[in-house]
Amino acid sequence: MDLTAFAGEVGEAGPVTISGMATRGGPVPGVRAVQPPAGIEWIQADEMTMRCGAGTPVDDVDAALAEYGQCIALPPHGTVGGALSLGHSGIRRLGYGPERDVLLQACYISDRGHVVQAGGPTVKNVSGFDLCRLLVGARGTLGFIGDVILRTRPLPADSQWFTTEVDDPFPTFARLYRPTSVLWSGSRMWVLLEGHPADVAAQAEACSLTPCSGPPELPSGSRRVVAPSAVGSVAGTFIAEVGVGIVHHADPTPDLGPIESSVTNLARRIKAEFDPSGRLNPGVVVA
Amino acid sequence: MTTSLVDDLGAALSPDRVRVGETELALYRRDASNLEGHAGAVCFPTTASEVQACVRVAVRHGRPFVARGAGTGLAGGATPLDDAILIVTTKMNRVLSVDPISRLAWVEPGVLNLDLTRAVTKHGLHFAPDPSSQQSCSIGGNVANNSGGPHCLADGVTTAHVIGLEVVLPDGEIVQLGGEEADAAGYDLRGAFVGSEGMCGIATKVCVRLTQNPPAVRTMLMDFASVEAGAQTVSAIIASGMVPAALEMMDQLCTRAVEEYIHAGLPVDAAAILLVEVAGLPNGVEADVQRIVEIGKAHGAGTVRIAQDEAERALLWKGRKNAFGAIARIKPNYYLHDTVVPRRRLPEVLKQVYEIVERHELLVMNVFHAGDGNLHPLLVFDKREPGVMDRVHAAGEEIVRVSVAAGGVLSGEHGIGLEKRDFMSLMFNAEDLDAQARLRRAFDTTGLANPNKVLPSPASCGDVQHVPEGAWI
Ligand SMILES: Cc1cc2nc3c(=O)[nH]c(=O)nc-3n(C[C@H](O)[C@H](O)[C@H](O)COP(=O)(O)OP(=O)(O)OC[C@H]3O[C@@H](n4cnc5c(N)ncnc54)[C@H](O)[C@@H]3O)c2cc1C
Repeated sequence: MDLTAFAGEVGEAGPVTISGMATRGGPVPGVRAVQPPAGIEWIQADEMTMRCGAGTPVDDVDAALAEYGQCIALPPHGTVGGALSLGHSGIRRLGYGPERDVLLQACYISDRGHVVQAGGPTVKNVSGFDLCRLLVGARGTLGFIGDVILRTRPLPADSQWFTTEVDDPFPTFARLYRPTSVLWSGSRMWVLLEGHPADVAAQAEACSLTPCSGPPELPSGSRRVVAPSAVGSVAGTFIAEVGVGIVHHADPTPDLGPIESSVTNLARRIKAEFDPSGRLNPGVVVA
Repeated sequence: MTTSLVDDLGAALSPDRVRVGETELALYRRDASNLEGHAGAVCFPTTASEVQACVRVAVRHGRPFVARGAGTGLAGGATPLDDAILIVTTKMNRVLSVDPISRLAWVEPGVLNLDLTRAVTKHGLHFAPDPSSQQSCSIGGNVANNSGGPHCLADGVTTAHVIGLEVVLPDGEIVQLGGEEADAAGYDLRGAFVGSEGMCGIATKVCVRLTQNPPAVRTMLMDFASVEAGAQTVSAIIASGMVPAALEMMDQLCTRAVEEYIHAGLPVDAAAILLVEVAGLPNGVEADVQRIVEIGKAHGAGTVRIAQDEAERALLWKGRKNAFGAIARIKPNYYLHDTVVPRRRLPEVLKQVYEIVERHELLVMNVFHAGDGNLHPLLVFDKREPGVMDRVHAAGEEIVRVSVAAGGVLSGEHGIGLEKRDFMSLMFNAEDLDAQARLRRAFDTTGLANPNKVLPSPASCGDVQHVPEGAWI
């Protein structure tokens, strides 16, 4: 994809922010905003890869891939670039892996307005440092992603949500073989099983799971992260991702102020190397 | 070697764990590549604070330092240049904790890959990345090289299985990157460290994700009258929506060498054989086996051998995993390449590889991770033959070039190290390389962590050089 025009818009100086579809927070207010290109450039089903502009809606990508019997492990809605920049995996993370494993190559615009290629086009690649993983979750503070090559995955033959009432999700979790998602509210669990229909049915029966129409609605007060083993001791109204440790909580996260961790200095050095003048998404701090 | 540096290292560890004798230094002058350097001292720390102390001594003396695990790397990553201090992790080899419910473990970097899997087998778990060197390579080396293996097709390479790291940064600070919490706020510094080939610091603890052992596994072998037919079968399997656990290919020369070595009844008349493994729940596995056999037949597969029991399965894998040992029967030396091409380009690139090798009057065997397009052309030769090394390198360079030209990449799993450093400009322009240098600088403010690897010096950027200064082949 030709990113010259997009690079020109980002320019070389002055504060600038990037905007997708604003489903994940949107651009920094009061700052000149640019939009990355949108559109699917190609889908190579036999390589299980695709290339698209960062401004392409995730839902368009999923619809296009469905025609090839494939999908993408990004959470739905918003743009591809927005989803990657926030770095929040969807509730299928347990089975599909984190978002960061989806990105094979990114061409981004640097703070100096240059197009930079990170990663490479093939599913396997260890040529040089892994800048792609650094970009995922960087919230546009290190560069603005223009276009990406993503790894796709085959759609499962069968996909079914189940539910059951349990006070402790772990015994069932231990018996399931690679479920795609396991959610738990403290008293009920929801399980997404995928694969051959007979295997899905057999696993559900072995664990006394009842089919249901889908996952529960996720509370939107806060998205917290805990060690997977600590999920059992979360209190309040929540839906936890078992085996992952992400907790969708009804209450907002208590504001603890800025937390100094051992990596704060390292994170500051990263930002200083990639955007010394702090012009990209000014005010956004990733630490 | 200045005495005070040795004294300082001795004080940081204990004198018996700092080696400076020439015979011992000679053992550590290279990894499993042909690229040799020279170490100033070899240190064997047992704890993170000892690693930290070594690093601080190195920095105080302005001396480069190089981490080394088991030294099985194939790109010269652990080759010490400029009398660097070699920091060897072999004495840090404990599995610290295993959480069988969350399927995580914390290990020290010197734990061997297969030892980790052995330690968790009782929980029905394994560590998914399985390099062919898994009996001897360390988890720290796996992390630094982002290593892969046959079973990474379905499960992903090392970075997908490492969630947290304790690292001694080159300035001596100890930090934790990532951790047990998924998607924690902040940059993915863990992700940036994995694959950094010892240039961003030294990992002293690794939190790995463990994978459930599959309830059902089927392994089959198909043979083909042409390499093209085998390669097309690979593409067709993936295009049909299946991701087998492993999808490996061997060409005829390799199959013959292996067969003579292990006597597994391999089809030595076939031009290529495919080893396909499917794993998971029983119904899905059986359905996949059927479809894969159909696809193979449609592409002209001759016989299809499905392992009937665990012993036969092990035998088929033994052939694959011992290919390197078998090669020694043909010629005493080998040079293993590692590039990736899009799967659909496999037939034509393999054809080019054969042409290149023939033109340089060498022998090549191909045994590789076909499922992800990861070529491993293995050039075999006798280095006592005059001029042969020049031909080996010339052929190697051409193989790298045709792979990149076909839309591929320089390395799929062995890394860049010294070997491919000066090829980086085939794939990246000056801006791209500058961004990678920035990442390195943020981690290594001293510039002393394994310098002169991976990134070509800006001066040599653009023209491809061969042997880096200070290294002998
Ligand atoms: C016969 C054979 C087969 C092989 N098969 C495969 C294969 O199938 N797949 C594959 O991917 N590779 C393969 N390899 C290559 C090699 O085994 C891997 O790269 C392995 O991960 C290296 O581990 P090591 O402990 O030997 O690392 P070393 O060779 O000691 O070091 C490798 C790199 O890691 C750095 N390093 C080591 N420890 C640390 C640490 N704790 N912190 C930071 N940096 C560190 C070193 O500085 C160096 O740059 C093979 C090698 C051989 C000889």
